[in-house]
Amino acid sequence: MLEVVRPGVMLTVQDRGRTGLRHAGVSSAGPMDAAAFALANALVANDPGAAALEFAGIGGLFRAHAACRIAVTGGTPEMSIDGLRIGPDAAHRLAPGQVLTIGAMGGSVWGYLAVSGGIDCPPTLGSSATHLRSGLGGLDGGTVPAGAMLPIGPFDPRVPCLEPYPVAAPPWPVKDIRVVLGPQQDAFPPETWALLLSQPFTVTPARDRMAMTLDGPPLRARSHDIVSDGTVAGSIQVPGSGRPLVLMAESQTTGGYPKIATVIGADLGRLAQVVTGGTVRFRAIDRDAAERVWIAHAQALRARLHPLRVRIARRD
Amino acid sequence: MTQAPTILPSGDRALTFRIAEGIDAAANAEVIALAAALDAAGIDGVTERVPTYGSLLVCYDPERIRGAALERRLIDLHAALDVRAQPARLWRVPVHYGGEAGLDLETLAEEKRMSPEALVALHHGAEYRVFMIGFAPGFTYLGGLPEPLHTPRLRVPRQFIPAGAIGIGGRQASVNSVAGPSGWRFIGGTPVRPFDPKRRDPVLFAAGDRILFEPIDAATFDRLARRAAEGSPLIAPEGM
Repeated sequence: MLEVVRPGVMLTVQDRGRTGLRHAGVSSAGPMDAAAFALANALVANDPGAAALEFAGIGGLFRAHAACRIAVTGGTPEMSIDGLRIGPDAAHRLAPGQVLTIGAMGGSVWGYLAVSGGIDCPPTLGSSATHLRSGLGGLDGGTVPAGAMLPIGPFDPRVPCLEPYPVAAPPWPVKDIRVVLGPQQDAFPPETWALLLSQPFTVTPARDRMAMTLDGPPLRARSHDIVSDGTVAGSIQVPGSGRPLVLMAESQTTGGYPKIATVIGADLGRLAQVVTGGTVRFRAIDRDAAERVWIAHAQALRARLHPLRVRIARRD
Repeated sequence: MTQAPTILPSGDRALTFRIAEGIDAAANAEVIALAAALDAAGIDGVTERVPTYGSLLVCYDPERIRGAALERRLIDLHAALDVRAQPARLWRVPVHYGGEAGLDLETLAEEKRMSPEALVALHHGAEYRVFMIGFAPGFTYLGGLPEPLHTPRLRVPRQFIPAGAIGIGGRQASVNSVAGPSGWRFIGGTPVRPFDPKRRDPVLFAAGDRILFEPIDAATFDRLARRAAEGSPLIAPEGM
């Protein structure tokens, strides 16, 4: 059992998400930053899609009631076990009775806490992922409350604590958020495309697991109403206000606002991690290039997760 | 096929196969037939497909199939479609008009200069078509609303509309599936739960189904609502 002594903000159980139910109005849910989520699980030798905890901004206080390994990813919060500082992006052992504290994230938004064996949470419609908006999955479809006792899977004491091999930073780090124009770019005059692709947009506090509202020059469409069609995580909807709305993990499955562009899968987690008040710039690439970026992104993530190396315990 | 489809990229892992831009039962039937043909084709790498009014959204994994190849498969499937072969299920949905969920029945009847009884008769006298399930789990968008009942949405949405509410939004009708905010107008409620994740069939209705509404009284509503709370779907489709 892992006791949630003090939950952080929007603490939820997530796994890889639900697929195959969008036609029934059920979007995938799952982590906002899929790469960070997969890494947290891999560090404690779980399947990359095992059930783990997601939080926004601040993690909280957790007490182990059984031995386990834990790992925190998604940012660089101040963390400690019984008051001794530890670091993110590496596995640590937690003995029964020990208390893990995860502070504020600082430069990012979504953090992950994975526990060896995974969180044992009965699936709803094939997944444990919490869909807050629909009240599905996780713990009764909601956030994890203070005092919750989370059952965790088996712990094998022979498995070492892991950390990733250091990766060289890419020579030209991509800072822009890349998009594929469409599906309804024709609902907008070319001047509006130019605004989207040349001006900075600010992340506003109107954000959750469903969508992020951005502020910038108003984006005008020929009409802000279309006959509803399908949406995906990454769809950039533009309602009558002209303020773009990027749909995220808990997106509605259909929508009646025109979608000027779609954020590519490889950049979705990075967009989710932009702090409120931060700015983003969009850059358009074509669909074939975007697919190649996704394939390279998926391969790079797998290469980072396998192999991991044994973390040599140090006394910090 | 009468209309040439348009294929719209929807990012790096989805595309929208658009057959029509308006609300039209024939185009919708074509979309649903294409979804069925896509299922039957069993194309590796297709992860989701979402039929909507006039488009089919198809999600895919580019590591298994590239968008350009998927487009060619969809164009071939669309060219070979036989829309007439689609079976249509019929559901008889019990509705308690007025009541807790039907908070707009009286005012709407006044606006339309008809009695609430006449409005109800008009609403349940029509046969509806499920154009799509979307927005929220199980939310059922219906076409076939008689023209005198077409009513614009509210400027300011209401914060809480119960599950099972029977709504009107513009020229569309709805069976709401989960409680939540809505700008639609509501004239009644059904004890049937279009979405219940604990049920073996969590989602009752599917795009292409036909729906008839059948009036019930408050006592029947309460009795059926108790059975629905225990997990009964209450109704089964005809014409399978």
